Amino acid sequence: MNVDTQHGLAGINQDYAERYGFHDPEDYFLKAPKGISHELVEMISRKKDEPQWMSDLRHQALDIFRAKPMPTWGDTAMLGEIDFENIHYYIKPKGEQTSDWNEVPEQIKKTFDRLGIPEAERKFLAGVTAQYESEVVYHSIRADLEKLGVIFMDMDSGLREHPEIVRKHFGTVIPTRDNKFSALNTAAWSGGSFIYVPKGVKVDVPLQAYFRINAENMGQFERTLIIADEGSSVHYIEGCTAPTYSSDSLHSAVVELIAMKGARIRYTTIQNWSTNVFNLVTKRAHAHEDAVVEWVDGNLGSKLTMKYPAIVLKGERAHGEVLSIAFAGHGQHQDAGAKMIHAAPNTTSRIVSKSISKDDGRSSYRGMVKIAKGAHGCRTSVECDALLIGERARSDTYPTMDIAESDVSVEHEARVSKVGEEQLFYLQCRGLDPDKARLMIVNGFIEPFVKELPMEYAVELNRLIELEMEGSVG
Amino acid sequence: MSSNGDAVFSCRGLRVSVGDKEIVKGVDLEVRAGEKHALMGPNGSGKSTLASALMGHPGYRVEGEIYLGGERVDHLPPHERARCGMFLGFQYPVAVPGVSVANFLRAAVSARRGVDVPVREFRQQMQAAFAELQVPKDFVSRYLNDGFSGGEKKRLEILQMLMLAPTFALLDETDSGLDIDALKVVAEGVNRAAGPASGVLMVTHYQRILNYMKPDRVHVFMDGRIVRAGGPELAHELEARGYDWIAREVGLEPATAAAEGSRS
Repeated sequence: MNVDTQHGLAGINQDYAERYGFHDPEDYFLKAPKGISHELVEMISRKKDEPQWMSDLRHQALDIFRAKPMPTWGDTAMLGEIDFENIHYYIKPKGEQTSDWNEVPEQIKKTFDRLGIPEAERKFLAGVTAQYESEVVYHSIRADLEKLGVIFMDMDSGLREHPEIVRKHFGTVIPTRDNKFSALNTAAWSGGSFIYVPKGVKVDVPLQAYFRINAENMGQFERTLIIADEGSSVHYIEGCTAPTYSSDSLHSAVVELIAMKGARIRYTTIQNWSTNVFNLVTKRAHAHEDAVVEWVDGNLGSKLTMKYPAIVLKGERAHGEVLSIAFAGHGQHQDAGAKMIHAAPNTTSRIVSKSISKDDGRSSYRGMVKIAKGAHGCRTSVECDALLIGERARSDTYPTMDIAESDVSVEHEARVSKVGEEQLFYLQCRGLDPDKARLMIVNGFIEPFVKELPMEYAVELNRLIELEMEGSVG
Repeated sequence: MSSNGDAVFSCRGLRVSVGDKEIVKGVDLEVRAGEKHALMGPNGSGKSTLASALMGHPGYRVEGEIYLGGERVDHLPPHERARCGMFLGFQYPVAVPGVSVANFLRAAVSARRGVDVPVREFRQQMQAAFAELQVPKDFVSRYLNDGFSGGEKKRLEILQMLMLAPTFALLDETDSGLDIDALKVVAEGVNRAAGPASGVLMVTHYQRILNYMKPDRVHVFMDGRIVRAGGPELAHELEARGYDWIAREVGLEPATAAAEGSRS
């Protein structure tokens, strides 16, 4: 007998509409018509006053995007629903970028206030960027970090102010032709973060970027590049939300991380897009000798997410970790996972993937671990846990292992469990009602993920999960 | 021993089935304030089914009446029975990974009281209970029953019982698989749980624990029924002679009882 058929659970993200799903009246400096073309790409590039090489790269990328087939894995049926002609590829809000909240246009300021961004900055962040549609409208960094030479700005400013660093690294981790969506991003990119941490500098508190889509049928293509120079460290956090519309929006980011010798990068994502957003993101890192890269990846929202944060362990003793959770509620498919490429000897990696599927929600783990020829003495472990709530929930695991050396240690463990009747009964016997009991089981399940988040995010994530779980109508 | 308190628990005409199969075939029981009862029977006699059904396990069809104090509770879901003061100590406590013992206990104590217990007060109460039962301090941050040994789980059950202060505690083989020290802890907890306004029913097939908890009443349970009841001397008789003779006397096949005897 399944307990959840007795106590129907209400829909996912119940107060999403109120907290995140609202939208501002459209009042833009420029809203490109729907569809993408060489004319549009040219227009974006000119507006941004870009160097010729970037403009050329965009045009090439558009051709590659058009020529590339859709991915043949993931949720191909859902992918087929994307209408590339029905997307606005570039929207510039009014006002110039500022580092003073008071100067942010009133309506946008209200939105970010409502999302708690300035408050978070005051409380526990070393720097913030806030992107609204295609452009970053607010950005700040703690003065002492700036003095140490830490660069944290939007990608457009990065290209303008540090062209030599950007040109050297842009697209080196994720080439344009990596996949259809990396090509699309390269053609249409706008906004995103550019971070450079100089040798030996440790950024002790997180830097954060917040991405907000407002318009219907919006396409957001931020581009992020983070370079941690030798022996430095940085923690970057991103959050994202959008209004709820009946037609689809597209979010397709490209994120490149470079951790030089002995550097450490942690990249944390709490993705909570509305359920009309396709979230198709390419994230990859290069970890050089003795470097550590960690992707901490939380996927709660979106209609379809396809995202597999990758780490190429290029230098000896580099270490990579991907710790992810996915929550798939009604109508959602979270197709997430990780890729680890052990390209150097004695490199180590760990993947921990947890998913929760509820109602007819679907989550898939898709992962790849490769140990290249010559990469002796590597160690890797993969652990996938899926939790199903209700009879219709679905979970799949698609692991790939490609091991070319024999003196390595490879562990793989996959488990699917149901919120068990015996667990529920036990907790109920201690006075907890079924909703509380179920929530406690789910919170316990994601605890290993939550404890990796800064406290403020952990609290917020627990609150989100609670909302998604609550509302037994009996 | 004071057996003239009010009834804290009673059931009448209790029948429990799983699918088409009737497991409990008509049970009447009453436990009064201050009393400790033992329900003894061989494995497979339906003892655990009876215990779970009394608590409201959703997997069973239950007929008959169940009362806590004067209130009829057989229509209530398990969490409401718990809030009314009923406690079931599990034979196999269930692990809930990721949920710390402290968080769980606080939620349970708050649910039992109907209000959130202030953190400081809760902490004091928890520390006192830990000290009393000699439970190691590191239990608080461990995940509920996750990776616990059998004895640790049972200690934690008793600790929960003391913190929740039930009016009627039902313990399902809480004594099985324990070394002598743990057994004493369990027995001590049971003794404490039978107070001026509360009573205990210990479900077991070993006589061993009864040396430490000294039951007021012993019920022999076989084939879904209470076939005999008596004072503590009945438990000693069972220890000395096994279950077979009662089975024969009441006209049952002694097969299950025999199988049981070889295990103890």
